[in-house]
Amino acid sequence: MTSLVLAARDLGVRLGRREVLRGLDVAFRPGRLTIVVGPNGAGKTTLLRTLAGLVSPSSGNVTHGDAPVQAMARSDRARAIAYLPQNGEVSWPLPVRALVALGRLPYGEAPERLTPAGRAAIEQALAQVGLLGFEDRPATELSGGERGRALLARALATKAPVLLADEPVAALDPRHQLLVLEVLRGLAHAGGVVVAVMHDLSLASRFADRILLMTGGRIVAEGAPADVLTAERLEAVFGIEAAVSSEAGGLTITPRRALPVG
Amino acid sequence: MPLDAGAGRLVACLGVLIAALALASLAIGPAPIPPWLAAKALVSDQGSASIIVREIRLPRMLLAILIGGTLGITGAALQGLLRNPLADASVFGAPQAAALGAVLVLYFGFAGALSFVLPLAAILGALISIGLVVAIAGREGGTVVLVLAGLAIGSLAGAATSLAISLSPNPFAITEIVFWLLGSLEDRSMAHVVLSAPFLVLACALLLGTGPALRALTLGEEAAASLGVNVGRTRLVVVAASALGAGASVAVAGAIGFVGLIAPHLVRPLVAHDPARTLVPSALAGAALLLAADCAVRLIPSGVEVRIGVLTALLGVPVFLWIIARRRGELVGAVA
Repeated sequence: MTSLVLAARDLGVRLGRREVLRGLDVAFRPGRLTIVVGPNGAGKTTLLRTLAGLVSPSSGNVTHGDAPVQAMARSDRARAIAYLPQNGEVSWPLPVRALVALGRLPYGEAPERLTPAGRAAIEQALAQVGLLGFEDRPATELSGGERGRALLARALATKAPVLLADEPVAALDPRHQLLVLEVLRGLAHAGGVVVAVMHDLSLASRFADRILLMTGGRIVAEGAPADVLTAERLEAVFGIEAAVSSEAGGLTITPRRALPVG
Repeated sequence: MPLDAGAGRLVACLGVLIAALALASLAIGPAPIPPWLAAKALVSDQGSASIIVREIRLPRMLLAILIGGTLGITGAALQGLLRNPLADASVFGAPQAAALGAVLVLYFGFAGALSFVLPLAAILGALISIGLVVAIAGREGGTVVLVLAGLAIGSLAGAATSLAISLSPNPFAITEIVFWLLGSLEDRSMAHVVLSAPFLVLACALLLGTGPALRALTLGEEAAASLGVNVGRTRLVVVAASALGAGASVAVAGAIGFVGLIAPHLVRPLVAHDPARTLVPSALAGAALLLAADCAVRLIPSGVEVRIGVLTALLGVPVFLWIIARRRGELVGAVA
C-alpha cells in the first residue's frame, strides 16, 4: 500500500459559535496506529471529521500528501480516506454483503455491479472482521458487536490508504475489541495511516504506536503510550486519580476516583 | 447475485400487471367494451368504441400510469432520503399545499384550467411544503417530528385553501373546487396528459439518478458523505423532484394520497430493502395501484363516481396506521 502523510496545520474548527478545535498541528504517518484519547467534548470526533474532509476548517488546513483534503474531488477523497462514524447508523435491513459493498461506492461499484477487485475486497473485509457466513443476514438483525464489525468491514472494503475510525470498539465484547484492534494495527503496519478514537486507555496503550491526548480542542500530548498516559496527565486532563502501572505489552490504567472540580 | 434476478422478475411481473390493468382501464366504464375490442379500437377505427377508448379512457389510463408511477417513486425516494418508512409527499402536506397554489391561481383568475401556470403554481406550493418539512425534520428529526411537521403544514395549507374557497365570488366554483380537491381522473383529456407529462417524466428521471446516494444514506449522512456522496445536492434533487411530481399530479388530478406511501412498502421486501433498487419497482407498483383504483371507482355501484383520492385515502390510512403500530416502540422512545 503506497501511503502519504495526512497532516493538519494550524487547524481551527468552529461549529456554530463554539470553537471546537484550535491551532492543531499534527501529522499522521503511514505505518503507525494512532489512537486519540481525551475527555468527552475534547474535539476528538470533530478532529476525525475534519481530517475526513467532512467539516470545513475555520483556519488552517488538512493535507493528504500535497493535496488539500477540502479541495479534493469527492470520489478521489472517498477513495483516499475511509471514515467510520461513531453512531453506527443502519436504516434499512440490508443484507451484510450489500452493506459492506457500500464501501465500493467511491469506485462507482454497486452491489449488483462489482468488479473482481471489488468482490475480493468485500470478501477480504468480511474475513478480517470475522463475519464470513453472515453475508445474507439483514444488518439490522445483527447484535451490536456484529453490526459494528460489519460497518468496519464496509470501511475496510474501500481499501483506502487512510482509515479514520471513531470509537470502533465501543460496542464490542473484549474478544472482538482485541480482534478489531489487531485488524487496525495490522492495517497500519502494512503501510496505512490509521487513526482511531477510543475511551479505554489500557487497551489504547496496548495497541497504539502513538497516543494523541486531547482536551478543550487542543492536543495536550502526543507520543508513545507510556510517555503520554502518566498519572499526572490523567489527573490534569480527565480529572481522575488513576493508578498507572506498566507491564509487558502496555499499561494498566485503573481509574480510582473522580477528583472534585477546580 | 440472486437478488438481481429477483429484482428483474419483480419488474417484469409488475410490467405485465400494469399492461393487464391498462387494458382493463380501457374496457371498464359506463359503456363496457370487451378487452379485445378495446385493444383493437385503440389502434384501428372501430366507430364509437374508438371514440370512447381514445378520447375518454386513454387519457385517463395514461394519467393513472404517469401519476401513480410518479407518486410511487417519489415516496420511495423521500423514504430513502429521510431513512423513514413514513415519509411521503402526502404525509408532508404536499398535495394540500399544491392544491392551495392551484386554487389561488384558478379562483383569483390568474390563468385557466389548462394553462401551464396551474401546474407551476401547484409545484411551487408543493416545493414550499416539502422543503419546510425536510428543513425541520430532515437532519436529525425522528419520525415524530416528521409526521407532526407534515401534519401542521398540511393543515395550514388546507385551512388557507378553505379560506380561498370561502372568499371565492362564484358559488359554482366552490362545488367544482371541492370535488377537484378530492382527486379524480374522470373526464380528463389528452390536454391534461400534455400539461402534466413533462413535469412527471422529469421528476421520475431526476429521482432515478439518486439511487446510489440513497443507498449510501442507509449509513447516515456523514458516512454517505465520506463515501463521496453529495448529500446536500441529493436532498435538493429529491425535494425538488417530489415537488414537481406532487404539483403536476395535483394540477391535473387533484389530491391523491397514500399511493406514494404504500407502493415502496409493497416492493421493499422483494428487493432486499435496498433503497436504490426500490425506486423502479415502487414506480411500477404505484402505477398499478392507481390504475387498479381508477378501475375500482368505475365498478363501485353509485350515482356519481367515487373520487379516486377518497378511495386511496380509505385504503391508505389503515396501511399508514398499521405501519405506525409496527413502529410504535420507536415512536414512544422518540417522545420519551
